[in-house]
Amino acid sequence: MGKVVVKPEVCIGCHLCEVWCAVAHSKSKNIIKAFLYEDTKPLPRVIVEENLPVTFAWQCRHCQEPDCVTACISGALTKNPVSGHVEHDSSKCVGCYSCVLTCPYGSILINEQKREIIKCDLCAGLETRYCVSHCPNEALIYVED
Amino acid sequence: MYSFQLPEFIIDRAADRCIRCRVCERQCANKVHSYDAELDRMFSGEKDCVGCQRCVVLCPTLALNVRPRTSDYRPNASWTRDKMQNLKKQAQTGGVILTGSGNDKPYRIYWDHLVLNASQVTNPSIDPLREPMELKTYLGRKPDSVKITRCADGFEVETESFPNVAIPTPLVFSAMSYGAISYPAYLSLAAAAKELGTLFNTGEGGLPEHMRREYGGNAIVQCASGRFGVDADYLNNAQIIEIKIGQGAKPGIGGHLPGEKVLANISETRMIPIGTDALSPAPQHDIYSIEDLSMLIYALKEASNYEKPVSVKIAAVHNVAAIASGIVRAGADIVAIDGFRGGTGAAPQTTRDNVGIPLELALAAVDKRLREEGIRNKCSIMVAGGIRCSADAIKAIALGADGVYVGTAALIAMGCTLCQKCYTGKCNWGITTQDPFLIKRLNPELTTQRLVNLMQAWSHEIQEMLGGMGINAIESLRGNRDHLRGIGLEDWELNVLGVKGAGE
Ligand code: SF4
Ligand code: SF4
Ligand code: SF4
Ligand code: SF4
Repeated sequence: MGKVVVKPEVCIGCHLCEVWCAVAHSKSKNIIKAFLYEDTKPLPRVIVEENLPVTFAWQCRHCQEPDCVTACISGALTKNPVSGHVEHDSSKCVGCYSCVLTCPYGSILINEQKREIIKCDLCAGLETRYCVSHCPNEALIYVED
Repeated sequence: MYSFQLPEFIIDRAADRCIRCRVCERQCANKVHSYDAELDRMFSGEKDCVGCQRCVVLCPTLALNVRPRTSDYRPNASWTRDKMQNLKKQAQTGGVILTGSGNDKPYRIYWDHLVLNASQVTNPSIDPLREPMELKTYLGRKPDSVKITRCADGFEVETESFPNVAIPTPLVFSAMSYGAISYPAYLSLAAAAKELGTLFNTGEGGLPEHMRREYGGNAIVQCASGRFGVDADYLNNAQIIEIKIGQGAKPGIGGHLPGEKVLANISETRMIPIGTDALSPAPQHDIYSIEDLSMLIYALKEASNYEKPVSVKIAAVHNVAAIASGIVRAGADIVAIDGFRGGTGAAPQTTRDNVGIPLELALAAVDKRLREEGIRNKCSIMVAGGIRCSADAIKAIALGADGVYVGTAALIAMGCTLCQKCYTGKCNWGITTQDPFLIKRLNPELTTQRLVNLMQAWSHEIQEMLGGMGINAIESLRGNRDHLRGIGLEDWELNVLGVKGAGE
């Protein structure tokens, strides 16, 4: 089990992590097609916080004892006992946003287009974690716990 | 006053690629790009674009193309666009035209007219991957002769030796001061020098106290006309002490670091109040003759217990050979020559482009003169200013250089695109700026690695070329002009360079 860690001292606030996170979670995984031609607007699971000159990217911490899982009323959010990842099953999500209110890091985002939440899944099923591999300044690194 | 300037660059944004991510907008410190939420469109205000290419490289869809906007006026070989633009700027402002980087005018680049030799049949070439190939370089004064006496358990060297600094490659990083460049840029040069075992040069801005212990062992520290950041500890932590008389990019001119760049750390390192302009006078005010120079050289030697070589850096100017001879006689252990293509953080454009001479000619003249006078061994020669690749460096060594300063090339390795706007303090690559948002663009871990890679690549190439010549140590190539031939040069040029024409 691991997580993406940020190095704010070298984050340049470009938001490329957001862009590529959105691509990673798009249907086509092609940046131009995803943004210009897919029906639903691709959305990022990572958000860059800014208070210039400070900037850093932030996404789900995959907590040991996740408040969001406890708060979830439908069982859509679970902590995978093997990988330790906090996973979201959108087919079970009822869009109550209890998790949005409880996550102490504000890491659960709302998909207005579908009335469901979206969160970092550490790019499950993809070859790389897009935010990490596309950060031009290596301000995001993946560390195993 | 209304500006009659033409924009210098054209920006094309491919509409079928742009995803309106606004990355370009965030990366441009000149605020060229903007997003209109109402129209969901990006716009570009081309007039402030300096062509640094930052936005182009960072655009995730490669939608941008920034290119020079040329030939807008009626073509005229005499009144070129540059000349007319500058003239209009001056008519508007009444000021000196400032610029950064090095001389970009099409003067002859002698490196490109010199070719190297290789072994064929009569002497074998050497494969550096299989056989030892020595690049080790010693900087400092060498004795006139070495006296050895036999004693019971071997030999003893009787001759008094002078302090020398050994480096594993003749390549060292040029003088770039903390203040002119950002802290991460400065730190990367120091860290790369340390990893490589070579040297970096602090420039005239001092060496921050917290870096002295860790990086002093790889530092050439400068003592320039402003005397910024000079104290006994600074001198004694270094490997080499360099007196800066002149700079190739602006011979005869001092330096000016604007007060806005003098933030807390820089003020502490330079030992001047926060926010004050750091002015380096054009001359060293205590040096008006070779005798005065000698006094400073020995004052610095005294202050460092005669344990460190003292270098004197001058700009390449007309009578550089005679000046260098005087410098050696004044007691310098190293003469550093900075050619007119050397870089700068800020200089009047007219000086940068019209004052000084090419490094190649200056180096050849100095080496020849010192040999003729029998004092070549008394100093090492370091060269700087326009060394673009390993071939330039090895040709410099064949022309007589001991060490080669790498400045602009190191900046390019860090990201610099030679947009020449260093003096604005808005370097989009985080190099010549002190803006806390912009300096984060250099991740010292990554830039250090880039610098190390560059120097290693060049060193390997130098080894390859040496092997090709059948030489197994760089010492054997120093000043060995037989390994060079000139192409497309006039007699006088071959004569100054001391090389034969190709085929001779
Ligand atoms: S891609 Fe990297 S540098 Fe850019 S905003 Fe994200 S974390 Fe920061
Ligand atoms: S969404 Fe928030 S509470 Fe849930 S695991 Fe991630 S960081 Fe923890
Ligand atoms: S960075 Fe490229 S894709 Fe993004 S807004 Fe600028 S031009 Fe468009
Ligand atoms: S100044 Fe540099 S970053 Fe700004 S638009 Fe021009 S090329 Fe792009």
